[in-house]
Amino acid sequence: MSFRHVLLAEWTKLRTVRGWVAGLVAVSLAVIGLGLLFATGSTSSCSKGKVEVPCPTPPLGPDGTAVEDRFYFVSMPLDGNGSITARVNSMTGQIRLPDATPGVRNVVSGTVPWAKAGLMVKESTEQGAAYAAVMVTAAHGVRMQHDFTHDVAGGAQGVASGRPRWLRLSRTQDTITGEESPDGKRWTKVGTARLEGLPAKVRIGLFAASPGDVRVETNPLGGTAAAGRFSEVTALVDEVSVSGTTSGTWAQNDIGVDYDVDGTPHHPGRLVRSGGTFAITGVGDIAPNTTEGTVERTLTGLLIALVVAIVVAVLFVTAEYRRGLMRTTLLASPRRGRVLVAKAVVAGGVTFVAGLVGAAVTVPLAVRILRGNGIFTLPVDPLTQVRVVAGAAGVLAVSAVLALALGALFRRSAPAVIVAIVVVVVPYVLATASILPDEVARWLLRVTPAAGFAIQQSVPAYEHVISHYVPAMGYFPLPPWGGFAVLCAYAALALGLAVRRLNGRDA
Amino acid sequence: MEATIEVAGLRKHFGRTTALDGMTFTVLPGQVTGFVGPNGAGKSTTMRVVLGLDAPDEGHALVGGRPYRSLRRPLAHVGALLDAGALQPARTARDHLLWLAHSQGLGAGRVDEVLALVGLEEVARRRAGGFSLGMRQRLGIAAALLGDPPVLMLDEPFNGLDPEGIVWIRGLLRSLAAEGRAVLVSSHLMSELEDTAGHLVVVGRGRVVADVAVSELIAAASADRVTLRTADRSAAMSVLAGAGATVAASERDTLVVSGMAAGSVVRLLGAHQVPFSEVSAHRATLEEAYLELTRDAVEFKGAAR
Repeated sequence: MSFRHVLLAEWTKLRTVRGWVAGLVAVSLAVIGLGLLFATGSTSSCSKGKVEVPCPTPPLGPDGTAVEDRFYFVSMPLDGNGSITARVNSMTGQIRLPDATPGVRNVVSGTVPWAKAGLMVKESTEQGAAYAAVMVTAAHGVRMQHDFTHDVAGGAQGVASGRPRWLRLSRTQDTITGEESPDGKRWTKVGTARLEGLPAKVRIGLFAASPGDVRVETNPLGGTAAAGRFSEVTALVDEVSVSGTTSGTWAQNDIGVDYDVDGTPHHPGRLVRSGGTFAITGVGDIAPNTTEGTVERTLTGLLIALVVAIVVAVLFVTAEYRRGLMRTTLLASPRRGRVLVAKAVVAGGVTFVAGLVGAAVTVPLAVRILRGNGIFTLPVDPLTQVRVVAGAAGVLAVSAVLALALGALFRRSAPAVIVAIVVVVVPYVLATASILPDEVARWLLRVTPAAGFAIQQSVPAYEHVISHYVPAMGYFPLPPWGGFAVLCAYAALALGLAVRRLNGRDA
Repeated sequence: MEATIEVAGLRKHFGRTTALDGMTFTVLPGQVTGFVGPNGAGKSTTMRVVLGLDAPDEGHALVGGRPYRSLRRPLAHVGALLDAGALQPARTARDHLLWLAHSQGLGAGRVDEVLALVGLEEVARRRAGGFSLGMRQRLGIAAALLGDPPVLMLDEPFNGLDPEGIVWIRGLLRSLAAEGRAVLVSSHLMSELEDTAGHLVVVGRGRVVADVAVSELIAAASADRVTLRTADRSAAMSVLAGAGATVAASERDTLVVSGMAAGSVVRLLGAHQVPFSEVSAHRATLEEAYLELTRDAVEFKGAAR
């Protein structure tokens, strides 16, 4: 009696009960049906004044990530290698706060933490073009950033009155190096960036940007909501020098600026030069887009599918206890641990396949339907998409194993199904429904098996972008594989206890 | 592997109840061994211990010289029918046997063979949930025969069978034993084992009360007893008592004679011209023999307290 035979026997058992097969088909159909229903039922439209226009889609960065690329750029062309050096003397700005009197703009002076100004090399002035920049931020010191998603911290000190910061950005082929200095003499390297395939002719210059002011407000129902409001930063920069083959004339670009119906730019940036001093004002951010919808939101059917998968997995073992069939099973395979492991492999395996079929059909199809309805979905690289799709199937499969183990522990269907739903489905629903305080929601998704849903998160929380990173918005407290490991650990623990109980007792 | 079941010194408690109290016996190949005793005597528990389902507190049980749980393809060593109702109702009879076959590395061909053997081909693709108890018993026997095992253990296989089914299973059990298998059949009704069992293990209160060949048991219980019907009871009594027999009057014209063979009774009465209408030698049924045995066991138990 090899393990292969036990597996084959369990598989034969599963496929010969029509209700269970129907349940597994329902797992696939729930994912597909609800996903497509969500996609076809969603539309979006944007208006410009009184005119309906297709909603603008965000620009894409060099690696295909959807990005926000809005800043004020004062630059000149650079052909080949070269560098730029400058001194940032101050950063001031203004922030619009929630209206104290409704309808009356409430603007105060100040800077948002990630307001940034400094030096940049960019492939072109197109939105989304490759870049590398060294900068001073309002509250996060000196940073070296490139291509939207990459951020390296330099010195922790920003600028203050009487304490300027010198910056230098050098280009050698496709390698860009950022340095900082307190006095223009002693230089410290902040970081380097390799911009693959950077052409000889690039733009080099000064920039300023100020992301919207994100404020999180507590929802009266519990949970939180975030709102972003206008902010701008003005940096005073002098001692600007550029080396290399350049034209020597500065051009100004308000990259990514929106225009109102009357053609005037909305919240424009600007440059005021007085002698060698550049006062650059910028609005917006140079960062990955975190506001559009993610691919995993198309898997709305996962919860229903999960409940069905739990029921099938529980019945796969409790039906045998109910009928006394477990004895027959143990007569055929007296090594009891093997039987339970074989059951887990079969239940997990078929649930995985059912979930995989559902998710693999749903994600690409629903994203296409959404696009047709004018709704943008944040693109992800193929490996991440595979993780999201296979991860959804994995959550179903491992939850099924957990449910099966609970079935073997309780030997009765109702308590096993209830406990499985209470530990997997309920914490996820509570944590993502925006009804619990954020910290409680995060705690639930750290310590309960529902942590496994993290495997579906396609867009990471970026440290250098302030956004509303809460479970309700699809951001999990644990990394994807870390969260999944928590779920797997629970399933393994339950299965281990079930094997122990099966071995330790008369059948 | 040798076709035997060895049970040695099994003791088992369920809470404060003693289920097995030193159960010891051996089942030999080539005959049907009846495993009889009243309900609660420990038959099913013994079988579950032999099959590795229950763990004994003391003692051991071997099948073909090995503990059941060490068998690699157990159904090729022992076929067991414990509970005919242990079926997934939604699964067909054939599929039920198919997963069992797969667990032993056997194919669908063997499944069809045993279905034919128990006469279930017609209903093989029907859901087992709709089966009568008799059909379930047949399906359970098919499962026990799946691995063509040298040892068979059937717990109450006659339950729910119609008379035709009982005849069929008796014939099947005899032929399986005749092939050299060890066949252990439990029953709480001795009459079911009549003409089937060659050997008996009689149990009561968790231990073996008698471990005897059926022929010996019946001979012992029958003794020499002759029933005589006569119009002249007093004459018959004096003649037979004078010849040394023990005579007891039972009904109005009936005498029970002990200590004398039927032939001698007839000869004596003829010689003395005593009229009689009927002489019958009594042969105890298995049931009677069994009742006598278990009554003794109960009395013995009572005295031992």
